[in-house]
Amino acid sequence: MNMLKVENIHKIYGKTKVLAGVSFTMEKGETKVIIGPSGTGKSTLLRCINQLSPPDKGRVWLEGIEVTDKKTDINLIRQKIGFVFQEFNLFNHLTAVKNVSIALEKVKKMEKEEAHKEAMNELKRVGLKDQADQYPSQLSGGQKQRVGIARALAMNPVIILFDEPTSALDPELIGDVLEVMKSLAGEISMLVVTHEMGFARNVADEIIFMEHGVIAECGNPDKMFKNPEKKRTKEFLGKISSLYGEE
Amino acid sequence: MLIESLPQLFEGLKITLGLTILSLLLGSVLGILMAVGRVYGKKPLVFFIYIYEKTLRGIPLLVIFFLIYFGLSQIGINFDPFTAAVLGLGLRSTAYQAQIYRSAINSIPTGQMIAARSMGMSKLKAIRYIILPQVLRLSIPGWSNELTIVLKDTSIAFSIGVIDLMRQGRYIYSVNHELVLQVLLIIALIYFALVFSINKGLNYLEKKYKMTGFEIEIER
Ligand SMILES: Nc1ncnc2c1ncn2[C@@H]1O[C@H](COP(=O)(O)OP(=O)(O)O)[C@@H](O)[C@H]1O
Ligand SMILES: [Mg+2]
Repeated sequence: MNMLKVENIHKIYGKTKVLAGVSFTMEKGETKVIIGPSGTGKSTLLRCINQLSPPDKGRVWLEGIEVTDKKTDINLIRQKIGFVFQEFNLFNHLTAVKNVSIALEKVKKMEKEEAHKEAMNELKRVGLKDQADQYPSQLSGGQKQRVGIARALAMNPVIILFDEPTSALDPELIGDVLEVMKSLAGEISMLVVTHEMGFARNVADEIIFMEHGVIAECGNPDKMFKNPEKKRTKEFLGKISSLYGEE
Repeated sequence: MLIESLPQLFEGLKITLGLTILSLLLGSVLGILMAVGRVYGKKPLVFFIYIYEKTLRGIPLLVIFFLIYFGLSQIGINFDPFTAAVLGLGLRSTAYQAQIYRSAINSIPTGQMIAARSMGMSKLKAIRYIILPQVLRLSIPGWSNELTIVLKDTSIAFSIGVIDLMRQGRYIYSVNHELVLQVLLIIALIYFALVFSINKGLNYLEKKYKMTGFEIEIER
């Protein structure tokens, strides 16, 4: 049984076919990186996995449970699938620690104190112990995103989906976030959409190159960077690497 | 003579304030429900709320009062004047307050709802714990404006026989004709003082709750 199985996902918005049959699997502790041009359906694919946008066709399983089954309690499944957003999406009216603990209290029904303790642990994990009582507007972009990661971690998910977690950050703030993500590799499964080639090369077990709503090519970083089968993969990786650097 | 009539005005003032508080409360509760329903509800509900808002905002308050007090009594639904006034003011305020809360909801970045849902919060929980706390704070200016409008409009309730500040005043000057101007000026002053101090108070509240971290950011 795969930890995550994504099978033949299709998604259509109006007349545009955004995803045209995407399949892959992930195992416990694996890190996979999705790369591909903008508008290719990477974000849509992540949202199909946790059903924020249910696919029109195709199925998703998490730990053997069919996520796409209408009878599955999606609120239960979503607790196991962390999501980290490009735009952080922190709750503006809550302090950093409250951002992390609110779902523990309201979804997992933890006692206030226990939830707070747990949230503090996660903030420590991402290096933000001292910022616990600050509001999102008082944090830098990098700190916000680390709160976002702590918030996802606190739910104790089996996998975290990252949608371009560093794309909205100033270059000098990207490093901290990537450091935190690196530290999670192996401990928790991560599916990461990113343009950070350094991260892809050094951390990913597999790189998935998506284009036009399908997986054009996938493989381990060595193969993808050194001997891609498709010319297009080589072109894209070359372009991205020169744009974003390789760390 | 004027001094002697003050206690009577004070009785009226109590009714005026009671009317204001109850109708405002009714309007706040229903207004929040309608705003949430209109933003997050299904089509038929959204349509119903839309019609409600348009209708109640399109009818003069006096006509609403008469409809509820005289109109409904013709089909056997009888309210005492005070209740009828609370309903009239409250149901109309609902329509205006719904708009206040709705624009507050719409000003909250959609990503927050998405983030809440992605952690397994139900839609209701997300509204309750993530959206509404922000909406209420954002709505203080609109709400305080609505409060003063409702307060002032309670004076129209005397038309269906509520013995509020306005009507007590009328009792006084109808027996003491020489006091018409003085009594009306006192009433005007009372309304003004109330509105003025409410605005001041709520301004303070607004500043206080515009606490660190609640400057709304442009996130997209
Ligand atoms: N909610 C939506 N409604 C309509 N079109 C959408 C929606 N979300 C995404 N799309 C479209 O789907 C395509 C793929 O978008 P997206 O998944 O965000 O791509 P990527 O993340 O790879 O840049 C784009 O053309 C986008 O305009
Ligand atoms: Mg995207």
